[in-house]
Amino acid sequence: MGANSHRESFPWKHIIGFLLSLVLTFAALWVALSSGLPLKAVIVIIVVFAVIQASLQLFMFMHVNESDSGRIQTFNMAYSFFIAIVVVAGSIWVMQFVL
Amino acid sequence: MGEAAHRYDETLPLEYRTQESRLNILGFWIFLGAEVALFATLFATYLVLFQRTGSGPTAGELFEVQDVLIETLLLLTSSFTCGLAIFEMRRGRISGLIAWLLVTLLLGAGFITFEIREFIHYVHEGATMQTSAFLSSFFVLVGTHGAHVSVGIGWMILIIIQLLQRGFTPKTARKVFIVSLYWHFLDVVWIFIFTLVYLLGMVI
Repeated sequence: MGANSHRESFPWKHIIGFLLSLVLTFAALWVALSSGLPLKAVIVIIVVFAVIQASLQLFMFMHVNESDSGRIQTFNMAYSFFIAIVVVAGSIWVMQFVL
Repeated sequence: MGEAAHRYDETLPLEYRTQESRLNILGFWIFLGAEVALFATLFATYLVLFQRTGSGPTAGELFEVQDVLIETLLLLTSSFTCGLAIFEMRRGRISGLIAWLLVTLLLGAGFITFEIREFIHYVHEGATMQTSAFLSSFFVLVGTHGAHVSVGIGWMILIIIQLLQRGFTPKTARKVFIVSLYWHFLDVVWIFIFTLVYLLGMVI
């Protein structure tokens, strides 16, 4: 069982996850407000940064893939994100013909 | 699986030792999946409507980088300290666990304070839930997240009281672990609010 495999004396995983999250937060802020990139590029980059940061939380902090049911948990979360993408992107796509 | 899965397993971290705890934790992950679907509907509504500002202010006119950044850093740091709490729990240090949970609570309370101040500021500028479709969907999405954080604060206080009364048991350890999953999840949602509501609103 994976839950037992990280008995470390120092929380390296958490510190690395935290530092990377900070870097991604400030990088997204810079890309959005100061980079001067075209709007579409900005949107793609900040959404990719958000997905990476959410994955950091899930794997580095929440240990979604630990324990005997780690695979079920990981699949459950992946499927919920799939539903989220379908709902959000689908709504935007449908409503652009209305508004 | 089979027989082994039902046994009390001494080699596992405290929160995973009983069959009931393992199922509780798995069940909580299923609940978080449902929460993702809930927030997805609110994000979809917001993203469809956020440029429908009527006679009210636009996102770009309303949002201020500094306030958003303070809220983001408070919640992100609280998620980190909550992770440190679980790290201490797995080393068997109850004082370290409670100390980091208290730090997490303080940061969470700071986040809520700044969010309430932000909302009050908007209302004073005439940007209320009734002003436009943009603001209705904004307050519902961000407010639902804020309500979740408030529930998390109350929940965590109750868990700390139980820890002080009962100490480490397989049951209290499992409860701490589940509230930590909930707390980290609040930051996962906030990452997308930061990106899709605030950053996007300030760019477009």
